[in-house]
Amino acid sequence: VADLLDRRLVFVTGKGGVGKTTIAAALAWLAADRGKKTLVCEIDAKGDLSSFYETGPTRFEEREVAPRLWAMSMDTEASLKQYLSLQLKIPLVAKVGPLAKMFDFVASAAPGVKEIVTVGKLCWEVKERHYDLIVVDASASGHIVSQLAAPQAINQLVQVGLVRQQTGWMLDILGDAATTGLVVVATPAEMPVNETLELTERVREETNVDLAAVVVNRVLPELFGRGEEEVFGRLEGDSDPAVRQAVEARLGGPVGPLLEAARLTVRMRRARTEYLERLRNAIDPGIPMLYMPYLFFKAHGLRATRQIADALSAELGY
Amino acid sequence: MAGRGGPEMRAESLEALFSSKEIIIACGSGGVGKTTTAAAAGAMAAVRHRAKVLVVTVDPARRLANALGLDGFGNEEKRVDPDAFKSAGVKPRGELWAAMLDTKQSWDDLVHRHAPDADTERRILSNPLYQNISGKFVQSHDYIAMERLYEIHSSGNYDLIVVDTPPTRNAIDFIEAPRRMAEFFSSKLLRLLIAPYRSRMINLASRPFYQVADRVLGSQFLQDIAEFFILFQTMYGGFVERATAVERLLRDQRTTFVVVSTLEAAPVREAEFFIQALTAKRFHLGALVLNKVLPDYLLDQGADERAARLCDEAAEIAGADDLAATLGTEEEQLRRVLVEVATNFRNFAMVARREGALRRELQARPEVVASVPEFAGDIHDVGGLLRLGERIWS
Repeated sequence: VADLLDRRLVFVTGKGGVGKTTIAAALAWLAADRGKKTLVCEIDAKGDLSSFYETGPTRFEEREVAPRLWAMSMDTEASLKQYLSLQLKIPLVAKVGPLAKMFDFVASAAPGVKEIVTVGKLCWEVKERHYDLIVVDASASGHIVSQLAAPQAINQLVQVGLVRQQTGWMLDILGDAATTGLVVVATPAEMPVNETLELTERVREETNVDLAAVVVNRVLPELFGRGEEEVFGRLEGDSDPAVRQAVEARLGGPVGPLLEAARLTVRMRRARTEYLERLRNAIDPGIPMLYMPYLFFKAHGLRATRQIADALSAELGY
Repeated sequence: MAGRGGPEMRAESLEALFSSKEIIIACGSGGVGKTTTAAAAGAMAAVRHRAKVLVVTVDPARRLANALGLDGFGNEEKRVDPDAFKSAGVKPRGELWAAMLDTKQSWDDLVHRHAPDADTERRILSNPLYQNISGKFVQSHDYIAMERLYEIHSSGNYDLIVVDTPPTRNAIDFIEAPRRMAEFFSSKLLRLLIAPYRSRMINLASRPFYQVADRVLGSQFLQDIAEFFILFQTMYGGFVERATAVERLLRDQRTTFVVVSTLEAAPVREAEFFIQALTAKRFHLGALVLNKVLPDYLLDQGADERAARLCDEAAEIAGADDLAATLGTEEEQLRRVLVEVATNFRNFAMVARREGALRRELQARPEVVASVPEFAGDIHDVGGLLRLGERIWS
């Protein structure tokens, strides 16, 4: 199994709201930090990615946002134009006029067209070896399969033409586990875990892309080690109020809220552990699971990106 | 909890809102507990009012589906077993019904309804493009959810319908889906695209667009698309009429929107956007429900100061007066427990303060604002649903 950062194209997906962009941003940051020329590409132009690097908005044209780290956002129209001018090499494109509008129209009706233009651009960057690694902040889990399976869909629907001819080499790049990998991000909660399991199943059945890792985001810390929870239980309980009273006398006020908050954390962590176990049991043991801590202080911005990059680095064993 | 005012206030609670409206549309970003909130409020309405309530959900968590007895059911509306209420120790005055949204099935139904004849219907349903598209065709989830809402409402079978909206890329897509769908089918571009296939007289190769499109996609593919839309256009009249009616229903005073959010930065941003968009487009914004809110005691300033002291003085406290021995432990272990307790409080106090700031940013607009505390686990049964419902109801 190829090391995650030694691949050339890594798609990061997950259910909406689990921190997919955070993980993509941090993964790209880590790769660049480790000396790889890295491109990070945002697919859904929500303009979120730039906030993870504290830079201006990303565009279709790649821009260096940190040493060795380049960022772009996908624009299917610009991608198609680039493709047409590179592939067709004809002045025709200029004369077409409302091509963009037409394209948008055809693309919103015909399945796979927008996706193939997106995936095509990414695969092309891999083929041209412009970067050591391309990290894709891909579509959410509801849409990622149609993106990754776009070459197959096009193969089925389109019998001839340039797009059809292009699908072969894209499939080669996407299907090579040493080159391309998928990272699925989840959080320890019911719906994200369900979606992750459904997604990995569909990816296996409908695409030829290799599942490279599962990242579990926002894992609460384990407060108490062996034996400590019993001590906490006695401190919290009513059978030996003397200790609690002594602590309260020393601190000059009630500690009830402190104990309640600890109990809440223990309960939340326990409920979430159940989902983590379900996930771990259902995912192929050969696939690494990387656990990211819940960030109490700030969940976005460059500071958070670096913290998550550090956590990824530790989990990847660097 | 804001809005728990006296009778002099209007729509002062979800209860008041739910008794004055017929359609409640829950919206908010993914992962905020929208579906659960909608189901909980719907269940409350069924328990408290003598009403027949339907909860339509797009993608329920398995446990919620189990709680509602929805396993293995698609579009079919199904009554939640009264025994499920009985086990929760509740005797509902009304009925709770639930249905899931099966996009593919709904599309097929739609084609069945609007196709001019059986042959067209058959040709559309067997068109390879249709089969590929009906799952993802121009925001088809959004459209079909609204379409189905209209259908159910027109059936007159329910007093109250609670719908939870599909996750959309653009927050208010679903509201505009009916109109966009109508526009799509009447657009010049569509006519332009299919014109050459209607009359075979036009030489395709003479047009630059077709030249490019042909080279890129192949003419067979274009022809497939065109045929599909020519077939689909036969249903145009029905679509436009329907889309207009759906939009009218969404704007009707019997319909209201409930925005659901957690107090995290991204969902709050989206909720804010929702509130603005709904207000700007003059839809009725009924309530804001804040989900998974941390408990108030975390905001206790004195407790935070004591937590800070406890962090610093844990060693001395653990070492004093045989405290450790009283608890049957060693000094060092007691010190670690105290440090963990104190640090944990400070961590969550910080999160709670951040939530508080986000909450103040949001709270300005709707008349009803309800908060749901962070529950440690998930909802397993109707009882759990009702416990949650109680927190937001009045």
